Amino acid sequence: MSEQAAARSAQRRRGSAIWWVVLLVGVAYFTVPLVATLQFSLRTKVPFAAYTNVLQDPVFWSRLGYSAMCAVCTIVLSVALVVPTAYWVRLKVPRLRPVVEFITLLPFVIPPVVLVFGLIRVYSGNPIPLVATELGSTALLVAAYVVLSLPYMYRAVDTGLRSIDSQSLTEAAQSLGAGWPTIILRVILPNVRGAVLSGAFLTFAIVMGEFTIANFLFRPAFGPYLSLLGNSKTYEPAAVSLISFGLTWVAMAMIAIVGRQSRGRVSAVGVR
Amino acid sequence: MTAVTATATTQDAPDARPGSRRSWAWLGILPFLVFSGLFLLLPISFLVIGSFVDRSGSLTLQNYADLSRPDIVLAFRTTIEVSLVSALAGTFVGFLMAYAVILAGLPKWLRAPLVTFAGVASNFAGVPLALAFIFTLGQLGLVTLFLRDTFGIYLYQQGFSLYTQVGLELVYVYFQLPLMILIIAPAIDGLKRDWREAAENLGASPRQYWRYVALPILMPSLMGAAILLFGNAFGAQATAYQLTGGTIPILAVKIGAQISGDVLRNVGLGYAMAMGMVVVMGVAIGCYIVLQRKAERWSR
Amino acid sequence: MSAQPAFLVLRGVRKEFPAHVAVQGFDLEVPRGDFVSFLGPSGCGKTTTLRMIAGFELPTSGTISIDGQDVSQTSPHDRNVGMVFQSYALFPNMNVADNIGFGLRVRHVKKDAIRRKVGEMLDLIHLSGKGGQYPYELSGGMQQRVALARALAIEPRVLLLDEPLSALDAKIRVSLRQEIRAIQRQLGITTVYVTHDQEEALSLSDTVVVMSEGRVEQVGPPSAIYGTPATAFVARFVGQLNVLAATVVEPSVGRISVAGQEIVMRKPLPGLVAGSSVTVAIRPETIDLDAGADASERLQGVVDDLQFLGPVIRVRLRLDGDGGTLQMDTFNRPGLVPPELGQRITVRFPGSACMVLDGSSGAQEGP
Repeated sequence: MSEQAAARSAQRRRGSAIWWVVLLVGVAYFTVPLVATLQFSLRTKVPFAAYTNVLQDPVFWSRLGYSAMCAVCTIVLSVALVVPTAYWVRLKVPRLRPVVEFITLLPFVIPPVVLVFGLIRVYSGNPIPLVATELGSTALLVAAYVVLSLPYMYRAVDTGLRSIDSQSLTEAAQSLGAGWPTIILRVILPNVRGAVLSGAFLTFAIVMGEFTIANFLFRPAFGPYLSLLGNSKTYEPAAVSLISFGLTWVAMAMIAIVGRQSRGRVSAVGVR
Repeated sequence: MTAVTATATTQDAPDARPGSRRSWAWLGILPFLVFSGLFLLLPISFLVIGSFVDRSGSLTLQNYADLSRPDIVLAFRTTIEVSLVSALAGTFVGFLMAYAVILAGLPKWLRAPLVTFAGVASNFAGVPLALAFIFTLGQLGLVTLFLRDTFGIYLYQQGFSLYTQVGLELVYVYFQLPLMILIIAPAIDGLKRDWREAAENLGASPRQYWRYVALPILMPSLMGAAILLFGNAFGAQATAYQLTGGTIPILAVKIGAQISGDVLRNVGLGYAMAMGMVVVMGVAIGCYIVLQRKAERWSR
Repeated sequence: MSAQPAFLVLRGVRKEFPAHVAVQGFDLEVPRGDFVSFLGPSGCGKTTTLRMIAGFELPTSGTISIDGQDVSQTSPHDRNVGMVFQSYALFPNMNVADNIGFGLRVRHVKKDAIRRKVGEMLDLIHLSGKGGQYPYELSGGMQQRVALARALAIEPRVLLLDEPLSALDAKIRVSLRQEIRAIQRQLGITTVYVTHDQEEALSLSDTVVVMSEGRVEQVGPPSAIYGTPATAFVARFVGQLNVLAATVVEPSVGRISVAGQEIVMRKPLPGLVAGSSVTVAIRPETIDLDAGADASERLQGVVDDLQFLGPVIRVRLRLDGDGGTLQMDTFNRPGLVPPELGQRITVRFPGSACMVLDGSSGAQEGP
C-alpha cells in the first residue's frame, strides 16, 4: 500500500480511540450505579443477609405476586382489546384510523400522575365507586395499566399487521370459508405473535416497575413496596432493586429474542 | 347477451369502497372506544372541566390565573429546567454513543449489547433508579466514599448534593441517554452509504460531508428525539419522588401531593396544573410528530 | 476511436475479499470520449471494478490511471470522476439546484459561477425551472437526471454510471438511456456504464466488456459481441441462442450431423475429427421458414410451440431423430401463413450462421 493509504488507515485507527473513550465513559456511567447497588446489598454483616431477608419476607412475595398477576391481566386485556381493533381499523374502517391513533397517542401526552388523578376523581364517588373496594381498586389499576400499554401494543400490532399483508390473508381465508373468529384466532393472531409478544414483555416490565399509579391507588404492588423499603431499611432495598433490574433485563432479553424472529418492533420506553 | 353481475358481497367481505352507504362497521371498534372512553377520555374530561370550575361549581378562569402563584411558577420553571437539561445532555451524549457503535469504526458486535442494555436502562427509571443513585452518590455512596478515601475529596463538603436539582438532572440522564440511543440508532442507520459516497465523489471532505449532508439530514430526528426526551422527563414522577420527596418543586410530585390531600387548598387549581402539564406534553409530542414526518420524508 | 493513447487504463486490476475473489486480472484501455459498458450477471465483478475506478474500493493489486496519472491509491474525493448511483443518492435535505451545485460548493467556487453552471446543467437535462424542488417531489426518472447533472457539474474526467436505470420503469429506461448517450456525445466525456441489461449495453456503447465471475470474457464493439462471441458464456448471455449437440462428419468443410440431419457450416473445424462431439449454436433470427438467397441449410421437425409476440412469431420445433429443440423468430409479415401445432415443417438458415461453442459434448439445451 502506498504511503498515502497507510496514513489514511492509521488516522482511522487513531480516530477510533476517541470513540472507545466515549463508549467506555458511557458504559461506566451506566454500570457504576448498578455496581454500587450490588455492593450495598452485600454490606450486611452476614453475607447475603439482605437477600435472604428479602426472599424470606412473605410481603415481598405477595407484592411480587400481586404485580405479576396485574401484569398478566393487563396483557390479556390489552391484547384482547388491541389486536381486533387494530385489525378492524386496518381492514374495515381505515377512515377511523386517525381517531384510533390519536387515542393510542394520548397516554404519551397524559403523565401517569395526571391519569391517576383523573381516575380517582371519577371513580371515588357515585356512580361507580371503584376506589372504595379492594377488587374495584385493583380493576382500576389494571385498567390504568392497559391504558399505559396502549401506545406500544397498538404500534407493535399495527406494524405487524402491515408487514403480513393482513388484507390478502383475510381474503384468502374468507374464500376458503372461514368466519371472523376463525380468521382472527387462527390466521391473524398467530402471524402477529412476535409483535404481540414484544408488546407483552414490555408491558410486563412496565407493570412490574410501576410506582405512581399503584401508590396513589393504595395497591399492594411491587413498586410501592420497594419505595417503602427504601425509606425504612438500609440494605434490603439494594437487593430488591437488583432483583427488579434483573426482571427487567429478562423481559428485555425476551423482547430481543422474540423480536428477532418477527416484525413489529417495540421501542422500549416505560415508567419513570 | 350476458349481464355481468357484480359479485355478491356477503356480510363478511371487506368493504372496498369507502362507505357511501350507511356503514355499521365502526361498531367493530366499540369495545376499544368504550374502554378508552371510560378509563382515558372520561378522567381527562373530568380534569378539563374541573379546571374551569371553582369551589361553588360555577365556570371560572381563576384556576388558570392562579397558576401564576409563585410556588406554582417555580414548579413549572424547575420542572422545565430539569427536563431541558437532562434532555440536552441525553441527546448530546446519546448521539455520540450511538454514533460510536454504528459509524465510528468500532467492532460491529458492540451494537447489539448496547442497544439491548439501552432498552433495559431506559426502563430502569423510578424507585430502583433513585435508590441506585443514592447508593452511588449519596452521603455514604460508593463513589462518594471512594473519592473521599482515595482523593480526599468529600463531595458533600464541596457543596455537591445528590438531593438537589443538579442531582436530579444527573439521575434523569440515566434513562434519557438510553432512550436517545434507541431513537437515534435507526436514524443513523438511515444515513445511506450512497450519500456519503456521492459527497466524497463530488469532492467533499468528511467534515464537509457531515456539515452539509449528514447533520442536516439527521437534524429532524435529533430535534425530535430531544423533544421526546424533554417530554419523557417532564412527566416523570416516581424517580423525583423517591429521591427528593418533595423538596425540589417538580410538577408531577406536586400533583401527587395534591392527590393525597388538598395541599393547594383548591382542587380546581390542581386540575389546572394537571392541564398545564398535559398542554406542555401535547405541544412536545406534536412537535415530535411533525419532525418525525419530515425525517421520514427525507429518508424515502 | 482514434490512435490516441488510452485515456482510462486498467492494468492487472485484481480485488480479493476474504470470502472470494471479486475481480481477477482486469485489463482495459479506454480511449478518450469512449462509451464503455461493463455487461454481466449479478456478482460478475462489474460494479466492484467500477467502484475501484471511483476509489470506493482499493484494488488488491494492479493499477488504474486516468489521463496518464496513476490514481490507484488516490482517495475518492481527489479523483475528479463523476459517479451516478443506482439509487440516485440525491441529498434529501437540498433542493435540485443545491444538489447539482454541491460539488462546486465544496470546491469553494464563487456563488455566481455556481448558479451559472447549475443553470447550464438544468438546461442540459431539460429540467430548467425545477431547481427549487426537492428530490422527494420528483419522479424516479427526473431524480436520475438530476444525479447525472450533479456528477457532470464538476466537469469530471471520467463519468461512471452504476446501473442507473434499473430502478426505473421500462419506458422511462429507454428514453432516459438515449438522453444519457446524447449528453455523453455532446460533452465528449469518457464514460463507463455498468449494466446487466444487454439491450442497454448493446444499444449505447462504443465498446462492451462482457464479464463473468470476475473475469473478462470479451471486449469489443457491440456488433462483435453479438455476431462473433468469443466464448460460450458471451454467446449464451448476449441475445437468444439455440444450442444443439452434433457429431462431426467432415471437419474440413464443417459438415456436422444433428441426430441424423446433416448441415454444412462452411467453415473448418480445427482440432476436431470425424465422429467427435461438438456443440453449436444458432441465433433464432437467422432461421426462417422460406428459403432465402443463402439459406441453404435445412432442418426438419415438428412444431411443438407457437407464440404470437406481435411483430414476431416465435416457433419452437422438435427436431427429428431426437435432435433437440430449435426456436426461431420470424417477422409477422402480412400474408404469412404461420405453421400449426403438430405440423411438420422445414426451416432454413445459412450455414455460416452456426457458431461453435465448444468441442466437447454438451447437454442438449433448448433456448
